[in-house]
Amino acid sequence: MPIDARTLLPMAPTAQDPETSAEGLSSHKALDRRDLVLLNMGPSHPATHGTLRALLALDGETIVAAVTEMGYLHRGFEKDCEVHSYQQCIPYTDRLNYVSAMMNNTGFCRAVEKMMGLEVPDRARYMRVVTSELNRIIDHLVCAGANLVDIGALTNFWYSFNAREKVYDILERLCGARLTSSYMRIGGLVRDAYPGFAEDVRAVLKAVRRNVDDVEKLVTTNRILLDRTRNLCVVSPAMAVSYGWTGPTLRASGVDHDLRKAEPYDHYEDFKFETVVGTTGDIYDRIFVRLYEIRESTKIIEQALAKMPSGPVMSDDKRVALPPKTGTYGNIEGLMNHFKLIMNGVQPEPGEVYDATEAANGELGFTIISDGSKNPYRVKCRPPCFMNYAAFQDTIEGHMVADAVANLGSINIIAGELDR
Amino acid sequence: MADNAALLDILKSALPEAVLGSQERFGTLEVTVERAHWAAAVRALRDQAPASFNMLVDLVSVDYSLFPNHGGHRFGLILHLKSLRLGHRLTLKCLLPEDEPQVASLTDLYANANFLEREAFDQMGIRFSGHPNLKRLLNHHEFVGHPLRKDYPLKKRQTLSANESLMDEMDVRLREKGWV
Repeated sequence: MPIDARTLLPMAPTAQDPETSAEGLSSHKALDRRDLVLLNMGPSHPATHGTLRALLALDGETIVAAVTEMGYLHRGFEKDCEVHSYQQCIPYTDRLNYVSAMMNNTGFCRAVEKMMGLEVPDRARYMRVVTSELNRIIDHLVCAGANLVDIGALTNFWYSFNAREKVYDILERLCGARLTSSYMRIGGLVRDAYPGFAEDVRAVLKAVRRNVDDVEKLVTTNRILLDRTRNLCVVSPAMAVSYGWTGPTLRASGVDHDLRKAEPYDHYEDFKFETVVGTTGDIYDRIFVRLYEIRESTKIIEQALAKMPSGPVMSDDKRVALPPKTGTYGNIEGLMNHFKLIMNGVQPEPGEVYDATEAANGELGFTIISDGSKNPYRVKCRPPCFMNYAAFQDTIEGHMVADAVANLGSINIIAGELDR
Repeated sequence: MADNAALLDILKSALPEAVLGSQERFGTLEVTVERAHWAAAVRALRDQAPASFNMLVDLVSVDYSLFPNHGGHRFGLILHLKSLRLGHRLTLKCLLPEDEPQVASLTDLYANANFLEREAFDQMGIRFSGHPNLKRLLNHHEFVGHPLRKDYPLKKRQTLSANESLMDEMDVRLREKGWV
């Protein structure tokens, strides 16, 4: 049920809230920081699943204050884009969220297409939906699987990674790589699906559903999991919105917002699926919103496969598409076209654009500024997990170190897109 | 959902002297405001009911120094706002001079402004007055310069030695919570 975030008050302080305990103690004894132990977590720690660092001040096992640091995987993605052509930026976008690379490809290409007013063929748009949802399934499986293994539920990790591997087999056949796909092009796709793609996907969806069912049976009412995740690191709707949370983490906090419904693109308005919304905004909700979203993704993929039209997968607009090889070798126009596009690249008119898609982690936005040359003048990526990480220190204070680990898994920080 | 003309009217009636110009880009309203009214404009857009921009989506810093036919100040800030309840978006822009690239911080309006402004400071050298902790975010604390400025050499390398202790931030947080 949708909840209007603005009508809800910030959450009430809990018994573990450091501010209340500070008040309770201050009447007879000042809080002395020499009683605290400082613990450095990361940047190379198995439970951070990436190069993240947090400095925790502990009172016993309870975190009274936390400070985070990021940037260990900063490699200047945005600066690099400024000295590469638009097409050359696409492989860089693979490395943002490397767990769901095709969604980044799509996000970047869509922004450039919007700027140029390009019509993408319908088949390519349906293929983008299918591949994006396959990537969403992988992303959610990795997040939930890793999150559960951090809490000690190893079996779920194997169940979810088994399914993930089967999806990767398809993606590998589709584009030649498991993680760094570079499957999208400005104006469409690099190539059409292989024969038998639809059957492969349907078979994998079956396996995915079975695996999700298995995981669900193991954890839904598991006492250990409930104790480790319920009512812990609660994020209220107001806090989630103020931190700019989007995607599954925002929905887990009870805000019914999904760009696929709110601002539909690529025919998402034609698919029947539910948005999964949590009630409490705790770790439990964040895990289960993702698990249930996997099922919704399988529904979308099946509908997209059923509706998929035949036809080209690449726009025939000469500004972005190479001519067919018969044209390149057969006539002077095609030859010139080919060389102009290779040497001068895609050149959008000067302007600024922002375009957002619903990636696995939330709203993935690209601001692109063009000065009319072949290189973008400025590219800014809005990584959804950046906002999640900005809230991390506030969400773990008052909880235990082990809860911080469970919480970090549930907000799904991917260092590649966090640090860019 | 309020249409773009209504959104512009909200801003113009709340702060008549703040609006320097406006245009539509791909259906989204982009308003350029005077930098002295930056935070006030955002506050009006957040708090006035027909606008209700309750989410700061992204903050983009731009160096326009090499942009062809760019007439104004060197630096630009682009703020993407959206209203979850009403479903509309708006882009707010302001230009900042080269000798004083400074603007009021939005940290008391949106919680994520803290990290986003630190990133803009780190990458582009824009300063935000009133920010509680304006230090580098993505780059190392010993890093010199602002890499997304157009005059920062692409292949420049810097040797960075020591880890950051983070104790400056920890000290503030402990103090806030009464640990002295």
